[in-house]
Amino acid sequence: MKTYAEINDKIRQGKAVVFTAEEIIEVVKEKGYSAAAREVDVVTTATFGPMCSSGAFINFGHSDPPIRMAKVWLNDVPAYAGIAAVDAYIGATELSETKGFAYGGAHVIEALVRGEKVELKAASYGTDCYPRKEIKTKIGLNDLNQAYLFNPRNAYQNYPVAVNSSNRTIYTYMGTLLPNFGNANYSTAGELSPLLNDPYYRTIGIGTRIFLGGGIGYVAWEGTQHNPGQTRDANGIPVSTAGTLALIGDLKQMNHQFLRAALFDRYGVSMYVGVGIPIPVLDEEILKQTAISNREIKTTILDYSVPKRSRPNFGLVSYEELRSGSITINGKKVPTAPLSSLYHARQIAYILKEWIAKGRFLLTEPVQSLPLETKVHTLEEVLEQEV
Amino acid sequence: MAKRKVVLTFPPELTEMPITYHLVKDYDLAINILKAKITPGEEGKLVLELSNGDEKRIQAGIDFLKKQGVIVEPVSKEIVFNEPECVHCGSCTAVCRSNALSIAPPEWKLKFDKELCIVCESCVTACPMGIIKVSF
Repeated sequence: MKTYAEINDKIRQGKAVVFTAEEIIEVVKEKGYSAAAREVDVVTTATFGPMCSSGAFINFGHSDPPIRMAKVWLNDVPAYAGIAAVDAYIGATELSETKGFAYGGAHVIEALVRGEKVELKAASYGTDCYPRKEIKTKIGLNDLNQAYLFNPRNAYQNYPVAVNSSNRTIYTYMGTLLPNFGNANYSTAGELSPLLNDPYYRTIGIGTRIFLGGGIGYVAWEGTQHNPGQTRDANGIPVSTAGTLALIGDLKQMNHQFLRAALFDRYGVSMYVGVGIPIPVLDEEILKQTAISNREIKTTILDYSVPKRSRPNFGLVSYEELRSGSITINGKKVPTAPLSSLYHARQIAYILKEWIAKGRFLLTEPVQSLPLETKVHTLEEVLEQEV
Repeated sequence: MAKRKVVLTFPPELTEMPITYHLVKDYDLAINILKAKITPGEEGKLVLELSNGDEKRIQAGIDFLKKQGVIVEPVSKEIVFNEPECVHCGSCTAVCRSNALSIAPPEWKLKFDKELCIVCESCVTACPMGIIKVSF
């Protein structure tokens, strides 16, 4: 019905019709699917939640005399330096060697984005070409050659609700879970969330240009643990963790408002990442999927008090119920709380909408689609005599 | 109508006396128990909100408590939330049993109602951004 080129022409002329994935629900109610599919060019989706699998590649530039950095610390947080001389990867969840849980890689990344100086320490064994054995200095984002976020797994397509059936409080990456089903925590933007609006990855694929942390980024690859084979509802929506995205973007364009370090009590450091993805309305089927609402999106309630790979579940619940403030589990009314920020997700969807409406952001056709048939492997322990 | 939040510390010998009963019966005060830890024979703590009377009647109730040997202190700690740094995720609302912290439609912006807060401090560690503090 429409091509990427036609939509981009309209964007360039400032004539593209853009709605957020929340707004489109009302548009469809008013106009119906066919008319809406004809009139609307782009639907913007977004999410802003904790995404542990995040981090940044950094190139520091060479000192004089030069050093082949074998070990690197940024504000006392170790960064992986087992790559070329002055390249390193700082992972969001890496903890400080001096401050422990209070500070981690995500804090270093946020500090850089806020324009703060960060202490760089590096150690080496020294070589003929890189004689220096240590260096200690301060760096800022603008001093770096490259600094780009490269997140192996972001924007999970759906996520379970976490509850705790035990009689003690537990501390998890899904927040503090109170005993005896004291609360139910969920972490998805629901009807606004990127991959829930494109359940079979028809337009979101490798090379898709996106909003990442306040700047422009791209989908680099399928995310780790990408699981398109997850059980799906009749409407195609997976009912638990499914597709994921590996994302890349220039840290120098980002804004700390959309990239924030976080600490989950007694669990560790994580990072809230703001992701916005445009969906081109190429045909009515795509439009239909973007018009999906919280009532039609379901997820699984999981018991996090059972520390096993396969946790007991308490059935399915819709995002409409989760957003109502309480759900019922085994006849008990359990208050719900979100961990991802719908407030910021909406801001991101509006910013992306504005970028597109003003002709500042063109859409890209994926250079390759995300796989639809990946199998997720588990890790089995092999006894030594079997090796 | 006046309202006052107080922390009561009961010496071990008072933990078996029906003291709050007298606040209701003799002083006609409404009592909202915000936090309680009382084991007979041990020192007990009770955080109460007293209302249903003017300042004078509340004070009379407090004087009665003091006369019985109860240590009465005002709730002096309070929760301070650094709003500009808040990302409105809602994680703190998961542990806030008094509903002082809430997040709801249409805006999904975090709201903090100081009046409802019992200073249990659960939100201080539950906030992933570390922007909720206790001030004395």
